[in-house]
Amino acid sequence: MNDRQSELETRARNIRRHALRMGAVQGQGYIGQALGWADVLAVAYFHAMNTTPKDPKSESRDRFLLSHGHYAIGHYAALIEAGFIPEAEIESYGSDDSGLPMSGMSSYTPGMEMSGGSLGLGLPIAVGMALALRAKGNPAFVYNSMSDGELDEGSTWEAALGAAHHKLSKLICLVDINNQQADDKCSSVLGLEPLEEKWAAFGWHVQRANYRQSIQELADVFDKARFTPFPGPRVILFDSLMGKGVSFLEARENNHFLRVDESEWQRAIDELDAAPTKGKA
Amino acid sequence: MNAPVKKPRLTTAAMIASIAGPDQRTRPAPFGHALAAAAARRPEIVGLTADLSKYTDLHIFEQQYPDRFYQFGMSEQLLFGAAGGMAKEGFAPFATTFATFATRRAYDFIHQVIAEDHLNVKICCALPGLTSGYGPSHQATEDIAVLRAIPGLAIIDPCDALEIAQVVAAMADYQGPAYIRLLRGQVPLVLDAYDYQFEFGKAKQIREGKDALVISSGLMTMRTLDAAALLAKDSISVAVLHCPTIKPLDEATILAAASQPGRMVVVAENHSVIGGLGEAVACLLMRSGICTSFRQIGLPDEFLTAGALPSLHDKYGISSEKVAASIRAWL
Repeated sequence: MNDRQSELETRARNIRRHALRMGAVQGQGYIGQALGWADVLAVAYFHAMNTTPKDPKSESRDRFLLSHGHYAIGHYAALIEAGFIPEAEIESYGSDDSGLPMSGMSSYTPGMEMSGGSLGLGLPIAVGMALALRAKGNPAFVYNSMSDGELDEGSTWEAALGAAHHKLSKLICLVDINNQQADDKCSSVLGLEPLEEKWAAFGWHVQRANYRQSIQELADVFDKARFTPFPGPRVILFDSLMGKGVSFLEARENNHFLRVDESEWQRAIDELDAAPTKGKA
Repeated sequence: MNAPVKKPRLTTAAMIASIAGPDQRTRPAPFGHALAAAAARRPEIVGLTADLSKYTDLHIFEQQYPDRFYQFGMSEQLLFGAAGGMAKEGFAPFATTFATFATRRAYDFIHQVIAEDHLNVKICCALPGLTSGYGPSHQATEDIAVLRAIPGLAIIDPCDALEIAQVVAAMADYQGPAYIRLLRGQVPLVLDAYDYQFEFGKAKQIREGKDALVISSGLMTMRTLDAAALLAKDSISVAVLHCPTIKPLDEATILAAASQPGRMVVVAENHSVIGGLGEAVACLLMRSGICTSFRQIGLPDEFLTAGALPSLHDKYGISSEKVAASIRAWL
């Protein structure tokens, strides 16, 4: 196993650990998504993106929009790991006057580029930011992190059309395909497939990856999204495993919003800490 | 058998009808020209639209600044989401569509993306209130009601071509989100005769009178001035307080004017009687303990009919003649 793979696995594990500690503060939350999305966050923040944690509004930074505001617990974990937020703030998660509200809001938290909560806001904002950066001659990337449930929203597809029309080749959309939304499996609520064909038909460069691949392979997918010569926006569809890294959470049914017993949080963290890194050599 | 008598046809039932009377002085596309002028001194200004540049007069800006013009197609959620994104990067977007589509289609994007983050986006909307004969799809009778409760969102309802130009210049210098109601095309020119200057957040008395005080915004100010001239022939003296900034409301000026004894207070607006300037003023007066005779001139709580604008303005009581008749009847 090479150094980069090892580092990214460690970062992903730390992100999961921070998220579980925040979950324990409230006893519930969107922890399944945080664990399932942690590998993508680790690659984004510790491989792909130019981050400026000491100057979160730096012009040179790559922009990361959390469209699915309920993934804030996972995003905060990545921001803590990357040094945007002090680790001590974990204890305040979701509490009164905390800088870490349960749904991500831009005015509360360094490194949070938008206020989510209402779904389908991120990609339209990303289109505007990418247009603006191009007009400024700024080569930064704009990442829009979103969930498959947001593909139900018409605004996502308005923005998918607009991004292709305006040839926004610095825009990278990251879609978490966990097939879960509030009422049921996405496939039961509103069918979304075939997703690769849909995005390609909208004029996007499409890659699909999944949780069984190594984090190194995921980093390669990001590199391809960043550097492939293609006159338009790029999407990474990532089939994730909710609860990944904690076996009893992976096994839960209906894990869109998890309630976890008090004793189980430590058990989850212990399991995470004990697991060997299992990257391919 | 006699041939049927041909009645003259009113031909302004089209979607895009002019509100200008046949003899009224007008200026073309005041919004587009003023935005182009503001853009010359403010490089951060960009113009965005959702397939309605020609119908909001943004095409004038586009012709002068093609590189600062962004077309999003009929995608109003994208329009206002992307406007928010551009504002986050330091630009000052002026985003145009019709008032109905901004407030009904894209409300969440105005609320969550633009207002909640207090972004510097100007939402510039044509066809406010009853300025289209096309029916409720294009009649934004409740746009102000929809937006007034959003914290921090300024709302401006200018009267004429002169004021639209002044509003654009002023709002180019204003940092923060604002909703601006636009008259487009050949826009009447009225306020130049009153030595008028728009100031953000200020109501201005533009006619004195002792029998009634009309507080008005938007095109209802020109209608009220005409009505006041008609009423003057009957020795009825009407004051006109023009209040283009609906939010934040100029409470001090309104209270001072409404406190003068012996005058009925009328609010006239090109908007539903629900949720607009009339209710804002009524609530202000009640909160401040001012008990006075109070009336509203505005659009009824109904889906309005399609038809020619002059007929509709008569039908719903917002033509100059009907305003005069209402005030005469109430005194």
